[in-house]
Amino acid sequence: MLDKIVIANRGEIALRILRACRELGIHAVAVHSEADRELKHVRLADESVCIGPASSQDSYLNMPALISAAEVTDSVAIHPGYGFLSENADFAEKVNQSGFIFIGPRPETIRMMGDKISAKKAMQRAGIPCVPGSEEPLGDDLNENARRAREIGYPIIIKAAGGGGGRGMRVVHTEAALHNAVTLTKSEAGAAFGNDSVYMEKFLENPRHIEFQVLADAHGNAIHLGERDCSTQRRHQKVIEEAPAPGITEQQRRDLGDRCVNACLEIGYLGAGTFEFLYENDEFYFIEMNTRVQVEHPVTEMITGFDIVKEQLRIAAGEPLSINQEDVLIRGHAIECRLNAEDAKTFMPSPGRIERFHMPGGPGIRVETHIYSGYTVPPYYDSMIGKLIAHGENRASAMARMRTALSEMVIEGINTNISLHREILSDSAFIGGAQNIHYLEKKLGL
Amino acid sequence: MDIRKIKKLIDLIEDSDIMELEITEGEESVRISRSSTTTAPVVYSTPTPVPASSTQAVGEQPAVPVPAPSPEEEPLSGHIVRAPMVGTFYRAPSPGSKEFVEVGQRVAAGDTLCIIEAMKILNQIEADVDGVIAKILVDNAQPVEYNQPLFLIE
Repeated sequence: MLDKIVIANRGEIALRILRACRELGIHAVAVHSEADRELKHVRLADESVCIGPASSQDSYLNMPALISAAEVTDSVAIHPGYGFLSENADFAEKVNQSGFIFIGPRPETIRMMGDKISAKKAMQRAGIPCVPGSEEPLGDDLNENARRAREIGYPIIIKAAGGGGGRGMRVVHTEAALHNAVTLTKSEAGAAFGNDSVYMEKFLENPRHIEFQVLADAHGNAIHLGERDCSTQRRHQKVIEEAPAPGITEQQRRDLGDRCVNACLEIGYLGAGTFEFLYENDEFYFIEMNTRVQVEHPVTEMITGFDIVKEQLRIAAGEPLSINQEDVLIRGHAIECRLNAEDAKTFMPSPGRIERFHMPGGPGIRVETHIYSGYTVPPYYDSMIGKLIAHGENRASAMARMRTALSEMVIEGINTNISLHREILSDSAFIGGAQNIHYLEKKLGL
Repeated sequence: MDIRKIKKLIDLIEDSDIMELEITEGEESVRISRSSTTTAPVVYSTPTPVPASSTQAVGEQPAVPVPAPSPEEEPLSGHIVRAPMVGTFYRAPSPGSKEFVEVGQRVAAGDTLCIIEAMKILNQIEADVDGVIAKILVDNAQPVEYNQPLFLIE
C-alpha cells in the first residue's frame, strides 16, 4: 500500500480522499493555498503544506508547487481529485517523470480522452455507440462543412476538440448560420483551450445525460458499477444526480456496461473513469470520457456498497481490483443534491462565514462536506460546498429521505441552494423521473 | 490547568506520533508541540478567551512537514523575507561551501540570501530590502512551504 500521498485538491473531495487514506493507513499531505488554511481536511491531515497564494493559478494549478510539495514531504503519490489538474495529461506526465505515482490513468490515456475527436475515434474502434458526426476536425472549406452538416442532418452542434463539460459549443439549426458558427467556435476554442480544432455532431434535442462508472487495474481487470442519471442540470452544471437511471433496464445496463469495460481493456485504462452518454429514443450516444473520480461518485457507492476512492488508491498501489463484475449488485436507489454557496434564485455566489451548520441524519443519509460552523467559504474557488446524498430501497424512498434531510439541514450566514433542491424534490416532473437535460432550465424559466 | 495534567499531556505526546496538541479548557489553553531543535516537547500555556481562538495561536505557525520550524511566540519585528515557493531551504550554494549570509551580516537588496530547491532546480532567493540579518528562521536542508518566514532583516 502507498505510504504517503499528496492530496492535490481542496474542499469536500480533499476530505473524501483524506478519509480513504485514513482507512487504508496512508499518510496524507494536505496541500493548500493561503486562503485555505482553515479547510477541514487541512486541519485534520497528518501534514500540510501551503503551496501558494489564494489564486488557483498559483496554487492548485501550480504544477511545480504541487510536485515540490510531494518532494519535500517524501510522498510517493499524488491524488488530483476532480477539476484542477486531474485531467491534465502534462501534469500526470510531470508527476511520473518526477518519480511519483499519479493516481489516475496513464498520461497517454488522459491525453487521448482529453481530445474529444481522438476520444470518439477510440470509442468507435472499441464498439461504443457515438453521436453521428464528423470524423476529422473541420477545415475552412465552407462547402465541405455544409455537405457534412447536410449528411448528419440539422440541427447540428459545433464542438471544440479541446473542450468538454459543456464549454466551447454552438448549436446550428440552418445552413445559413453554419459558417459563422464554425468560425466563432474556432476562435473561442483557440482562446479558451489553446486549440482551435472543432468538430461537428448531430445535436440531440431532448436527451438525458446518463453515464457509466468504470474501474480498471494494472492487471488487465476492469468492471463497471452501473450508470448514473445526471440530467438535472443548469448551464451544463449538474445540480442533482441519481443512480440507477430511471427506466434503464438490466439488459441495457449489462449491454452498455460490458462495452464500456471492453473499451477500458482495449485502451489500457487505469483507475476510475466515467463514460458519458446522451440517451434519446432508447439509444445511447457517447459524448466524452472523464478520466478521474467524479463529483457524483457517492450515488454509485450507495447503490453498490463499493468504495470508489479507496479502490483508486488500491489500484495506484498496484493491487488488483477487489471485486469481480459478478460481485457488483445494484441495491435500491440513491440521489445526490449538490450544495452550493449561492443565492437559490439568482445563483449569485455567496462566500462568507458560516455562522451555523447543522447536518441532517437518519437511515440512508450521507453528507459529504468540508464545511463546519465558523468556517468561512472563500471567494476564490467554485461555489460547491458539499453534497447531500440519500439512499432508499427504491426511488420514492430515496426522494422522501432526501426531502426530510433537506428540511433538517441548516446552513446560516451564507446563501445556499437548499431551497432550490427542496423545490425540485417536490416538483411533479422530477418525481415522475426520467427528465431530460432541459428539464431544470425550463422549470426555472431560463 | 494544573502541572500534573500538563505533565500527563507531555507524556502522551512523547509516547505517540503526535506532533502538536492543543487543549482548551474554559478560559485557558495549552499547546504542546515537538520542535526540530529539541527532543522534548515544548509547552505554551496562554489564557485565551473562549472559544476557539486557536486560530490565533496557530496564526504564525502553519502546520509544516516534519520537522517543524522552531516555534516563535513573540511577534517578529522587522522585515520578514518569506519563501516564494515550496521546496528545500539551503544556506549555501553547495554542501560544504560558505553560507550566503550569517546573522549580523549587512545585506543589500538583490543579494542572494539562500537557495530553495524544488524539482532539482536551485532557486536563488534574494533580499528585497537593505539591512542586517537579525534572524535566520529555518535550519539548513529543512522543507519550507509557500510564504514561510525565512529571514528577519532589520
